[in-house]
Amino acid sequence: MLTIKNLHASIEEEGTEILKGLDLQVNPGEVHAIMGPNGSGKSTLASVLAGKDGYEVTEGEVSFVGKDLLELEVEDRAKEGVFLAMQYPVEIPGVSNINFLRLALAEKHKYEGKEPLSGKDFLAKVKEASAIVEMDSKLASRAVNVGFSGGEKKRNEIFQMAILEPKLAILDETDSGLDIDALRIVAGGVNKLKSDKNAVILITHYQRLLNYIKPDFVHVLYQGKIIKTGDSSLALKLEEKGYDWLIEENAQ
Amino acid sequence: MKGYTEEELEKDLQNQEYKYGFVSNFETDRAPNGLNEDIIRFISEKREEPEWMLEKRLMAFNAWREMVEPEWAHLRYEKPDFQAISYYSAPKQQKKYESWDEVDPEMKETMRKLGISLEEQQRLTGTAVDFVVDSVSVATSFKEKLKELGIIFCPISEAVREHPELVKKYLGTVVPPTDNFYAALNSAVFTDGSFCYIPKGVRCPMELSTYFRINEGGTGQFERTLVIADQDSYVSYLEGCTAPQRDENQLHAAVVELIALDNAEIKYSTVQNWYPGDKEGKGGVFNFVTKRGLCEKGAKISWTQVETGSAITWKYPSCILKGDNSIGEFYSVAVTNGYQQADTGTKMIHLGKNTTSTIISKGISAGFSQNSYRGLVQIHPNAEGARNRSECDSLLLSDTSGAHTFPYIECKNKSAHVEHEATTSKISEEQLFYVRQRGIDEEKAIGLIVNGYAKEVLNRMPMEFAVEAQKLLEISLENSVG
Repeated sequence: MLTIKNLHASIEEEGTEILKGLDLQVNPGEVHAIMGPNGSGKSTLASVLAGKDGYEVTEGEVSFVGKDLLELEVEDRAKEGVFLAMQYPVEIPGVSNINFLRLALAEKHKYEGKEPLSGKDFLAKVKEASAIVEMDSKLASRAVNVGFSGGEKKRNEIFQMAILEPKLAILDETDSGLDIDALRIVAGGVNKLKSDKNAVILITHYQRLLNYIKPDFVHVLYQGKIIKTGDSSLALKLEEKGYDWLIEENAQ
Repeated sequence: MKGYTEEELEKDLQNQEYKYGFVSNFETDRAPNGLNEDIIRFISEKREEPEWMLEKRLMAFNAWREMVEPEWAHLRYEKPDFQAISYYSAPKQQKKYESWDEVDPEMKETMRKLGISLEEQQRLTGTAVDFVVDSVSVATSFKEKLKELGIIFCPISEAVREHPELVKKYLGTVVPPTDNFYAALNSAVFTDGSFCYIPKGVRCPMELSTYFRINEGGTGQFERTLVIADQDSYVSYLEGCTAPQRDENQLHAAVVELIALDNAEIKYSTVQNWYPGDKEGKGGVFNFVTKRGLCEKGAKISWTQVETGSAITWKYPSCILKGDNSIGEFYSVAVTNGYQQADTGTKMIHLGKNTTSTIISKGISAGFSQNSYRGLVQIHPNAEGARNRSECDSLLLSDTSGAHTFPYIECKNKSAHVEHEATTSKISEEQLFYVRQRGIDEEKAIGLIVNGYAKEVLNRMPMEFAVEAQKLLEISLENSVG
C-alpha cells in the first residue's frame, strides 16, 4: 500500500536535513508503530507524507496505492486515503464539525466518482462515528475544535477518521496529553476502525499506547533513518532500557 | 406642465445651449446625458408626479449644486462626471435574448456558480434582462394578501401618486435632501425604488424583498426606499443587488429611510453584489449609499449587510435612537477582492434614555483591495444609561490588501457604557493545512474558513439570503489565493 524508498527530506527554510534515507513498507491490514527519541524525524515523516508546506524532499520516492504520493496536492493525498491525525488539531471558528466533515466527505466521494451521501445517510454515519469514540453528539455540531479540551480534540481526530474511512491513517502522537480514560477511548476507536483493507502508522513516544493498539511492527527512527525493526516486544524493551543501547548498537 | 412630452422636452433642450445634447434616439425613453432642472422636470413628468414632489426634487437639486463631493473616506477613485450620465433610462421595447446561446457565457457561469439550475438559469436570464434594461424593477408578489392586512408594498413612484399623505409626511425626514452630496443627488433624480408601510400592530407575515438591477451602460442608478413601521408593528425587509455589468464605472447612489414608530421593529437585510470591476480594477460600480433609520420609543432597527460587490463602496447604514429604550443593530460582512475599495460602517446616534446599540463588523480583504470600517457612536447628553458594544474584526487574505478601522466615539453622558473591540487576523497556514488534509482544496478551504469567520453575521440573515450570501462570499474570493 505504502512504499517509502530512501526518503531524504529537509526543512525548506533552514535546509537542515531531517530524514536521511528512510525506507518503509506498509501493507493493508498492518499496524506500524514508529518510535524514537525527540528530534529523530517522526513528525517530519508524518508531515512529508501528508504534504505539508515547509519541507523539501531532496531524494527518494513514496508510492501509495500505486501512485507517486509526492506528486499529489495535500487534498488529493487525503482523497486518495491518507489521513493524518494531528498532534495539535487546529481550531476553525464558526465552522461546525459536521459541516466541515460533510464537505470533506462529499469532496472525497466526488473524487471517487460517487454520489454524495444523502443528509439522512450522513447523519447515520455521524451517529455511528460518535459512538466509536464515545463522543457526545453535541461536539459534532460545535465549531471544529473550538473550546475542546485536549482530550476532546484528539477524540475528534479519530471521529473524523471514522467518517472519512482512510486507507492509511497516520496518528501523530495522538496519545500525548491524554489521560488514561481518553487514551483507552481513542485507542478503542482506532481498533474498531482497523480492518484488513486499511493500515495504521502510530507515531508515539510511549509504549503505553501499544498496550491498547497492538502493532505488527515497531520501528525505531533515529537521525532520520529506521535503525531497528521488530515486533511489539521491541517496544517493551525500549520502555525498559531506553534508546541508548540501540544507538550504540547502530553506531558499531 | 400637463401634456409635456419627451418630444417637447427634446425640442426645448435642443433649443438651449446644451453641452451634451441629445445622444440617443428618444424613442428609448432615455434622457440625454447631464443634469439640469429640465431633466428633473422630465423625470418627474415621466413618473406622473404631483407638483409637491417636483418641488422637493428641485429643492434638492439646488442644494446639491452648492455641495461638494466628500473626500474624507479612505477611497481613491476618479470622481464621476455628473454631466456625463443619463439620469433616466427606460426603453419602451424590452430587449430579450432570442436564444439561450446568445446569453453571455460569463453570466451563465456566474449563475452556475450560484447553484441555479439550467432551466432556472434560462428563466432567470429572461427576467434579468428585462430588469437590466428597465430602470428599476420591483417585485411585488403577494400584493393582495398584504393588502388584506393593510400593508402597502409598492414602487415608490406609485406611492407618490396613491399614498401622498404618507410619502409627504415621511420622505426626507430621516435623510434630509441636504444631508450629503449623494443623498441630495438622489433626492433630486431618483427614478424608482420601494415603498412599504406596515399599519399599527401588524406583524408582516412574510419577508418583503426587492431586487435591484443596474441599468445599461452610461446611466446612473438612483433608487429610493422608504419603509414605515407604525406602532407595534414588525417587518423583515430584504434587498438584493445582484447584477453584473461589464464596462465603465457606473454610479449607484441610493437612499434608504426607515421609520420605526413606538415599539415597532424593522429588520433590514442587504446582499450587495454589484459588479466589482475586472481583475485589473477596470470598471465596476461606484456605490454611494445613504441608509438611515429612526427609532421612536422602544423601537428596534436592525441592519444586516453582506457587501461583496462594487468597485467603490461608501455606505453607513445608521440608526437614530431617538425614543427612550430604543435599539439599533448593525451586522456587516464586507468582502473586497481584486482592486475593490470599501469604506463602510455605521452611525449609532443615542438621543433617548436607555438606548442600546450593537455593532458587529467583519471585514475581509483579499487581492489588492482596501477595506475600511468607519463607525460613529454618539451618546448625547440626555441619553442616560445608553449602552453600545462594537466589535470590528478584519481578516486579511493577502499581503497586498489593507484593512483599516476608524471608530469614532463621542460620549456626552457619564452614565453611558461604550465598549469597543477590534481584531485583525490572517488565515493561518496551520488552518489551511488542516482543512486541506481532510480533502478540501485550497479555494474551498478559504471559503469555509471565511464563512466561519463571518458566521455571526450570516446567521442573522433570513434563511434564503444566508445561503445566497455564503455562496457569494465563496465566489467573490475565488482567485484570491496566492
